Amino acid sequence: MRPAPFNFSRAHSIAEAVSQLGDAGPEAKFISGGQSLIPLMRVRLAQPSHLVDINRIEELDYIRAEDGHLHVGALVRHAALVRSEEVRRHLPLLAEIAAETGDAQIRTRGTLGGVMAHADAAGDYPTLAIMLDATIVTDRRRIPAGDFFQHLFTTALETDELVCEVVFPISARPHRYLKFRLRQYDWAIVAAGVQLTELGWRVGLTHVGPTAVRARGVETALSSGASPAEAAERASDGLEPSSDVRASADYRRHLARVLTRRALEQAS
Amino acid sequence: MRGPHRCRTSRVGMVQSLRLKVNGKERADEVEPRLLLVHYLREVCRLTGSHVGCDTSQCGACTVLLNGAPVKSCNMLAVQAEGTAVTTIEGLAPPGELHPLQAAFREQHGLQCGFCTPGFIMAAVALLAGNPDPSEEEIGRGLEGNLCRCTGYVNIRRAVKSAGLALRQGDVAPLEG
Repeated sequence: MRPAPFNFSRAHSIAEAVSQLGDAGPEAKFISGGQSLIPLMRVRLAQPSHLVDINRIEELDYIRAEDGHLHVGALVRHAALVRSEEVRRHLPLLAEIAAETGDAQIRTRGTLGGVMAHADAAGDYPTLAIMLDATIVTDRRRIPAGDFFQHLFTTALETDELVCEVVFPISARPHRYLKFRLRQYDWAIVAAGVQLTELGWRVGLTHVGPTAVRARGVETALSSGASPAEAAERASDGLEPSSDVRASADYRRHLARVLTRRALEQAS
Repeated sequence: MRGPHRCRTSRVGMVQSLRLKVNGKERADEVEPRLLLVHYLREVCRLTGSHVGCDTSQCGACTVLLNGAPVKSCNMLAVQAEGTAVTTIEGLAPPGELHPLQAAFREQHGLQCGFCTPGFIMAAVALLAGNPDPSEEEIGRGLEGNLCRCTGYVNIRRAVKSAGLALRQGDVAPLEG
């Protein structure tokens, strides 16, 4: 199918993008890589009146390590995260998650900022952001990841607010992100991420609820000296995942425990 | 997300100018913003080698190279290709000749019905450009965005391996007949 008609403009700066979107009204949307938005438009689940293309905004395309943090521009593509020496050195888990995102074609186009703004419950970068207390920087404010993701496909963003940067704390200590999925390119049915930081283990879970969550029970157990197997039993504490055609809620809770244990055991 | 029943089809869309290079040739067209790159290539450029195999951006039959990198041309607006260089299956080799990957797919019988083949070949061109000697696993990973519903993957892998060898040896297969 083909998308419904819409108007189109191309922005070359953050200011231009925000002003074009404001002029175009409340039904307008930003488009970056479009790897989630275009499929939705093709089946007409999304029918924006106007698209503001942000793909040419050079000031959104950078990766910088500064003051113990990795600053990644919203327009950085998955493929660039995979290749980046800066990312591999300072936050290798981000490069590993990028390498397991979509397929080669999708990694050419899809962007970090797009995944954040789209807020799919099965998205992987949101889990990393929540685990590590990353900050989402927009054209007007800084939003802690824990406040940014509100519900399925719902973020704290205003309709005309643009994601500009994600700031992650640097950590090259042991880490692992494990996805359980039916096909290599597919979204995770459940995924678990673990990262050792100077504050101890951080553990996050993907697709066990409307947003990614931190498995604080697991983190606490690990800091009190529990083994990975013991601590991972806490991964499903308080989870209320939904059941769907791929997995029941109970099976998702089971996967949360198993993937957390494996991720902790395999972390390197 | 808005409901699926909202109808805007009666509204006439604006038209946008588009300049890009397709298979080395400069083009300038006027297109609706909603025109997908694959429909632009097929219907405006009349290059029908890029196939539309799914409506979900999964099958990869529409894969083309955008400035040398693989993209699904059904998952991009034509207007987003402004100023880029697009290579389709038709642009891989001069008329009457086969690119080493095309030759290898024929030689190794890397196809059954052939519908997915252009997408596989374009994805494999990108794979070999970055990694001329991929392992079995790397071939699988490099082609994960392409689906063959005849499930002829064994010969597809074989074709990519043998094309990699031919490219490394600079041994470009001549056209027969």
